[in-house]
Amino acid sequence: MADLEAFRKDVQAWLEQNCPPSMRTPMPDDETVWGGRNAKYKNPESKQWLDAMASKGWTAPTWPAAYGGGGLSKDENMILQQELRRIKARPALNSFGLWMLGPALLEFASEEQKQRFLPEIVRGEIRWCQGYSEPGAGSDLAGLQTSAVLDGDTYTVNGQKVWTSYANHADWIFCLVRTDKTVKHDGISFLLFDMTTPGVSTKPIQLISGYSPFCETFFDDVKVPAGQLVGELNKGWTIAKRLLQHERSMISGMGLGGALSGATGQTLAGAAKEHLGEDNGKVADPVVRQHITQHNMDSKAFALTMRRVQEEAKAANDVSATSSVFKFFGTELNKRKYELLIESMGTKMLGWEPDDSYSAGEIDNTRSWLRSKANSIEGGTSEVQLNIIAKRVLGLPD
Amino acid sequence: MSFVLNEEQQILRDSAKGFIAEKSPVTELRRLRDTKDANGFDTALWSQMAEMGFAGIIIPEEYGGVGFGYRGLGLVLEEAGRSLTASPLVSTSLLCASALLIGGSEDQKKGLLPKIADGSLVMAMAMDEGAHHAPAKIAATAKKDGDSFVINGTKSFVLDGHIASKLIVAARTSGKPGDTKGLTLFIVDAGASGVTSSRHIMVDSRNAAEITFNNVKAESVLGDVDGGFAILDETLDRARIGLSAEMLGSALEAYERTIEYLKERKQFGVVIGSFQGLKHRAAKMFCDLELCKSVVADALSAIDERRNDIALSASLAKSRVGATFNEVSSEAVQMHGGVGVTDEYELGFFLKRARVADATFGNVAFHSQRYAEIEGY
Repeated sequence: MADLEAFRKDVQAWLEQNCPPSMRTPMPDDETVWGGRNAKYKNPESKQWLDAMASKGWTAPTWPAAYGGGGLSKDENMILQQELRRIKARPALNSFGLWMLGPALLEFASEEQKQRFLPEIVRGEIRWCQGYSEPGAGSDLAGLQTSAVLDGDTYTVNGQKVWTSYANHADWIFCLVRTDKTVKHDGISFLLFDMTTPGVSTKPIQLISGYSPFCETFFDDVKVPAGQLVGELNKGWTIAKRLLQHERSMISGMGLGGALSGATGQTLAGAAKEHLGEDNGKVADPVVRQHITQHNMDSKAFALTMRRVQEEAKAANDVSATSSVFKFFGTELNKRKYELLIESMGTKMLGWEPDDSYSAGEIDNTRSWLRSKANSIEGGTSEVQLNIIAKRVLGLPD
Repeated sequence: MSFVLNEEQQILRDSAKGFIAEKSPVTELRRLRDTKDANGFDTALWSQMAEMGFAGIIIPEEYGGVGFGYRGLGLVLEEAGRSLTASPLVSTSLLCASALLIGGSEDQKKGLLPKIADGSLVMAMAMDEGAHHAPAKIAATAKKDGDSFVINGTKSFVLDGHIASKLIVAARTSGKPGDTKGLTLFIVDAGASGVTSSRHIMVDSRNAAEITFNNVKAESVLGDVDGGFAILDETLDRARIGLSAEMLGSALEAYERTIEYLKERKQFGVVIGSFQGLKHRAAKMFCDLELCKSVVADALSAIDERRNDIALSASLAKSRVGATFNEVSSEAVQMHGGVGVTDEYELGFFLKRARVADATFGNVAFHSQRYAEIEGY
């Protein structure tokens, strides 16, 4: 315990010296740092902050120091996160490499692959995207058809992926490919390759929100060195499932809290009071008030549950089944939050372009409402999560 | 706080689980109901529960208890909930013991708590007067009479009221119904002249009574005259949280029985648990129950750690668990089909208990309102 308190003092001192002032202010969407070869830093302090954190390995605090990580224990990491929250530090790096690929590589990759790929993820030098879904393989992901054929020590990849997040900005892709057409789950492998390889092309998909965070990604005779296959040939489904658990945990945090992510920064109740009025300190519309209450109670109970399960996982082991609980509940909660925001703000939540009456923050909220509709689809639909809970947790038969 | 149980708590939970499963399966509640047992609970069982230390879990050792705190009592209540065990655990060991711990004088604590802990004293709290829980809406009066007070009024839905030998009575010493000011708590001997109690036969086969006070002389004041509401409110929050733990146990039991049934019952040549129409509902209830486990554990710890958000945690727990228990007990009946609505099957007991427990100490609507008020909207 004394060691941990000493660690906290060190963290505090280091943050005081190394976290630039603007990195302790709320982050506008266009200053989010994703790293990568072509990263542009609108705010130069973002880059400074990333480099400082990466030098300590604290972009990946619990990864082994041998791979560039912070090598922190869970307790130390908890202290680091507390101190980061305390000074309201922005995340130094947003990265699918950190959230999804890295944990899978730590578990399944060869030593050589870990040495090669993990440090550049920690430093934010390579931006990764995920090649999973295909036009014919959505909820039935294992039905994927993108093929990889081995000839000598090179795979030739052909096919199409869809819903590839930020593929047009990514440097590398982790990709599920079919290496055996005679079987389903046992014919899938996990392949890594450079997006600048000849034959790779991307096409953004415009969404209902007006944004294009996803792409279609095409592979036309893409040559990939055999050494970039992770794990065993035809055993990629195991890696894919584990990685999906990390993805689901990442998405499920979105429903937390009554505060909104948009630049208006109001709580639901605050927005309702502003636009519907107050009656003795209460939201004037009793029906809306009840909806908000229900949502906030669910949100609080959900946050407590995330904490409880983390503690229990630390005390015992397995967390795998619970990631579906969080994915299902968290994304449904997030969708409900935005529906409630429309109920609370009325037409102020229904503008499309900023103008004299509609602030950029309000438009952000509107676009986020539309974005939230994808939360319960991406990373496995709510219905798929319920199937997983029924099968894996409750033991109900197919 | 930690969500993970320490070794002492695990031992307590395991011993409660073993004891209650053996001595008090749901068939015991059926027996009490069918034999129209005069006490409404098994007094021999209650003595054994006291010997196990269950009756005095929250009572400090200096007053004869075991001092395991509310988290400890919650574990026992959860196990009791699994078996729908009828006992004075809620009325006496949770509700009245809490009131004494919060507002009692040294004499009152010394005089009553050891008897609660050893199982010899059953106590009841007489507060509500209408069909809904409304702790400020009290019309019963207490008038100063020399050194003492004289109580008049009628109390409804007094848990274990017909069998308790001491009562804690909330009565108005000033103000009007609805005012939080002007309420006072009294300790009253149930055998005192002017006390008439009549037992209700409730749908859940548990004890509740109507008690009329006709010029009844109070034994003593619990806390300050006119300052009873603060003690009552704090006591009720602890009772709401404890009862939520019992309800969680009942909801989990009804749910687990249903999942087992889905794996056994065959129709159309397959087990009905293979149907997605049932799977998804079962999986959603699993998520709801996971949330219930968290809010109950957190609220129990809030009491033990004397946190400043006990009221909010109590309303969150009672409302969340109440809604889930109502839903799970209804779905349990539906998913069992025809046998679910037979008296022979035990599920009906869980359905009935869910609604009475929800109404006790404030239902889902009451606590949703209260949560919003505490949060300031």
